[in-house]
Amino acid sequence: MKSFTGKTLRWNWNDGVVELTLDREPANEIGTAMLAELEKFVGAFDALAPETSVCIISSARKHGFSAGADLRELYESAARLDGAERVAGVRQFLERIHAVLNAIDAAPFVTIAAVHGICFGGGLELALVCDIIVADKMARFAFPELRLGLIPGFGGIPRLKRDLGNGFVRDLLFTGRSVNATRAQAVGLVAQLAAEGEALNVARSNANQIKKFDPVARAAAKKFLKPIPHEELHLEIDLFCELFTRPAVMASLKKFVESTDAMPYLP
Amino acid sequence: MRTVEQTTQEVLDLAAKHFQVAQDSLAPDDDFFKKLGINSLQALELLSRLENHFGIELPDYEVQGVSDFRTLASRIQSRL
Repeated sequence: MKSFTGKTLRWNWNDGVVELTLDREPANEIGTAMLAELEKFVGAFDALAPETSVCIISSARKHGFSAGADLRELYESAARLDGAERVAGVRQFLERIHAVLNAIDAAPFVTIAAVHGICFGGGLELALVCDIIVADKMARFAFPELRLGLIPGFGGIPRLKRDLGNGFVRDLLFTGRSVNATRAQAVGLVAQLAAEGEALNVARSNANQIKKFDPVARAAAKKFLKPIPHEELHLEIDLFCELFTRPAVMASLKKFVESTDAMPYLP
Repeated sequence: MRTVEQTTQEVLDLAAKHFQVAQDSLAPDDDFFKKLGINSLQALELLSRLENHFGIELPDYEVQGVSDFRTLASRIQSRL
C-alpha cells in the first residue's frame, strides 16, 4: 500500500521515499487507535521495501512530534479492569507496540525521524527506533515516566543504552527533565539540527542523498550498527507490568489525567 | 556578565517578541501564563527560546511553579 490516510496518521510513497505523518490531536498521543494504524504501516513494509530507500517520520501537529503514550486512555481502560485483567491488558498493548517498534528499528530501508517541538516518553521511543534523528532547534526531549512511578515501556531504556552514554541516560531518567535539541545533539541523540520549521526539509535532503546508495550495502551496515536488544526489551515489559500493579501508579495516573496544573508535561 | 536586571529585560523582550504582545505591556512581576495567554506546551517553547537565547540549560524542574518573569530571570541568572 503506497499511500494511506487514517484517523491518526497517513503515509505517502514518492520516488523511493515513504513519508509517515503523525496527525492526532492534540499532540500525537500514542494509544490504541494510533497503534492499530502503525501496525498497518509496518504491515506494508514487505510491499514497500523493494522500491523504498528511506522512510521519514514526522508530525503534522503544531506542538511537536509526540507527547508520548496516551495516558488518559491508559488510565481509563485500566480503571475499568481488576488487577490481573488490568496487567494483562497493559502487557498486550506493550507487546503490540514493541512488535511495531522492533519492525521500524529493523526496517529494510533507512528511517529518519524529523522532530519538532515536544518529543516525550513514547514519542521519544518512536524517534529512538529511527536510524537518524533530525531535530528542529526548538525540539525538546524527555522521559518523564518516573514521575508516575513507572519506567518507559516502549523500549526506551534498552535503546537509550544501545545508542548513548549511561551518564546522560541516568540524567534523563532520574531527573525526568526535558533537554533541548542542542544538548540532545551534543550527547549523540540527535544527528542533525535544523532551523525552526525546517526539520522535515532537512530530512528530505538527507533522503535524497541516502537513496543514491546501494541498498544491499546499506542493509549490511544497518544490521551491524543497530542490533535489537531483544532480551532487555522483554525484561522491560515484565518490569513495567510489575510496576503497574502498584496502587501508587494508578493514583499517579489519575492525578496526571485530572491535573489542572499549568505545566502538566513538566516533571 | 549580565546583571539580573538586564537578564529580566531580555526575558521580557524575548517574550514580547515571540508571543507578539506590546513590549511595554509586560512587567517583571507579571504572571506570564496569564499575560501571554500561554499553556503548558507554549511554556516549554518559551523555555527552549530562553535556553537558545542565553546559551544555557534550564532544567524544567527549576522553573516548575514559577509564573512571574522576575523569578524566571533569577533562575536563568543562576545558570549564566
